[in-house]
Amino acid sequence: MKVEAEVNMSFHDWVLQFKRVNIENFFIGVTDKEINSVLNAEVISVEQFYTLLSPIAEKYLEEMAQLAHNLTVQNFGKTIQLYTPIYISNYCVNNCIYCGFNINSKIRRKQLTLKEVDKEANFISSTGLRHILILTGESRKENSLFYIKDCIKILKKYFTSISIEIYALKGSEYEELIKDGVDGLTIYQEVYDEVIYDKVHLAGPKKDYLYRLEAPERALAKGMRCVNIGTLLGLNDWRKEAFMLGIHAKFLQDNFSDAEISVSIPRIRKTAGGFKPVYNVTDTNVAQIIMAFRIFLPRLGITLSTRESPEFRENLIPLGITRISAGSTTVVGGHTISEVGSAFSEQFKILDERSVSDVKVMLEQKGYQSILKDWVGV
Amino acid sequence: MEDKLIIGGETITNRLFIGTGKFENKKVIKNVLEKSKAEVVTVALRRIDMESKSENILANIPKHCLLMTNTSGARNAKEAIRIARLAKAAGCGNWIKIEVIPDNKYLLPDNYETLKATEVLSKEGFVVLPYINPDLIIARQLEKSGAAAVMPLGSPIGTNRGFRTKEIVRIMVNELNIPVIVDAGIGKPSEAADCMELGCGAVLVNTAIATAYNPEGMAEAFSKAVEAGRIAYLSGLAVSVDRARASSPLTGFLRGNES
Repeated sequence: MKVEAEVNMSFHDWVLQFKRVNIENFFIGVTDKEINSVLNAEVISVEQFYTLLSPIAEKYLEEMAQLAHNLTVQNFGKTIQLYTPIYISNYCVNNCIYCGFNINSKIRRKQLTLKEVDKEANFISSTGLRHILILTGESRKENSLFYIKDCIKILKKYFTSISIEIYALKGSEYEELIKDGVDGLTIYQEVYDEVIYDKVHLAGPKKDYLYRLEAPERALAKGMRCVNIGTLLGLNDWRKEAFMLGIHAKFLQDNFSDAEISVSIPRIRKTAGGFKPVYNVTDTNVAQIIMAFRIFLPRLGITLSTRESPEFRENLIPLGITRISAGSTTVVGGHTISEVGSAFSEQFKILDERSVSDVKVMLEQKGYQSILKDWVGV
Repeated sequence: MEDKLIIGGETITNRLFIGTGKFENKKVIKNVLEKSKAEVVTVALRRIDMESKSENILANIPKHCLLMTNTSGARNAKEAIRIARLAKAAGCGNWIKIEVIPDNKYLLPDNYETLKATEVLSKEGFVVLPYINPDLIIARQLEKSGAAAVMPLGSPIGTNRGFRTKEIVRIMVNELNIPVIVDAGIGKPSEAADCMELGCGAVLVNTAIATAYNPEGMAEAFSKAVEAGRIAYLSGLAVSVDRARASSPLTGFLRGNES
């Protein structure tokens, strides 16, 4: 596999090289000796990363776990950063078949007024959290950039770090939001396989694969401090998706060395539309991905959402996790305004509904310090 | 004469400085500081939350400790300067450890941007302690720009790989008129002692203590090692030779013949 990125190459250009490689055939050649060599290597190559995702690596999960744990403690200490999402609107023009907010979903639509945003923010900040992630559906008409900027102004009063998980923007728009105080971007490619991407994104601006894929690069080029990328497990063979996500993260780390790059690997949960995952992804698979990421990129942030059960989340923490959400709701206004289970449906079902203080207690019991503030707006 | 480290007009007895970023619990930080009797502690402004009583890390720092806020997260001089000013405005004092790190993979500092920030902040009255890649030329410029000390790394942050930059740090200790404080990469008390035997002014440790099985015990061990290394330096280390010295010298007859 020729995989080194050349100067000024976009991620998409780099990725095209992998299309010539037959990934299934690559796995056939992986030997125990190779896995052992990877587990003792100082620096892990892209090929070696793939080795860690192979079926044969499943025999070495305990060895991988020990290594991943040590690397995490060495690089991040015994700390876990906490954040929570704030859903400000569920209006959406996209037709993504796996999402509860999709245009055809018969859910009640709502956009928070600025007063409501203030109320939600006030409540969330009273839990001690200082990191907030703004979420909206994609609708430039309903959720215009002006509206989002107004919300940011309010959130700045309460939080020291503001991230956005909204529709893909132009570089100049990211630049505007950075000036307004946004320091983090979360944008999931959802599925890296272009054919599947096209099949699950039936309509709307999100159908443009490349525009979404290159959004992190556009934001980082304008000085975005933190970027969190992800793939939605269950839409494709997890090994291929985890591999693409890993090399995407590596590409961003290599090309934007001053930024903090992190990844998420949410598994598809039941949505308002009733979508079910096409590919099964087991707990073991999720753990293997996290450990492979940590060994491949020791400084990579790894975010774990509340889509996983409390028990599973707790067990994953020592394997490489650096950031978790707490006190989450995926309902617009779900903290203080809309009741969960009301007509305002969730984007997806969360399994860990524990409050910030409960999560803090859990982390302390596991020997981790919860970090509620880890940035100061500059 | 009593041996004391003086930085920015402050007299410091314990030459072990402690970082706070990686501990499992804020209470452990307090115990570590008490057990080691450390007097200087560095905290990232990004982690300080003055508005939260339960979360404010400063509540766990004993009164006698001198707070050295650091600019963790700064990617260039401009951001470091802004963080330093915010720290001062927040009441964190005027000691600032400048960390300018535009490399998130290895967390290596940018000496050039660090120099620019030092020039500005020194003029504003900050006691500036810049974290740098060991380099005599930049260290001299930092000294001229008003740095109160320089803090070269021993190895990359968090690696616990030890005092790998010894030869360059040795030159810096010999040539500079301000204290040289080894910051980052020191993994064992013996390595901290090594820094001190060389004549370093102090050693700053975080990962090796925070991630030890017993952080309080390790902090005490580091404190004692730093003290031992300092005493050794002041006592003048015996010259180390790799050959035995003959008790019947071959040239003894020459002295006997002189009148």
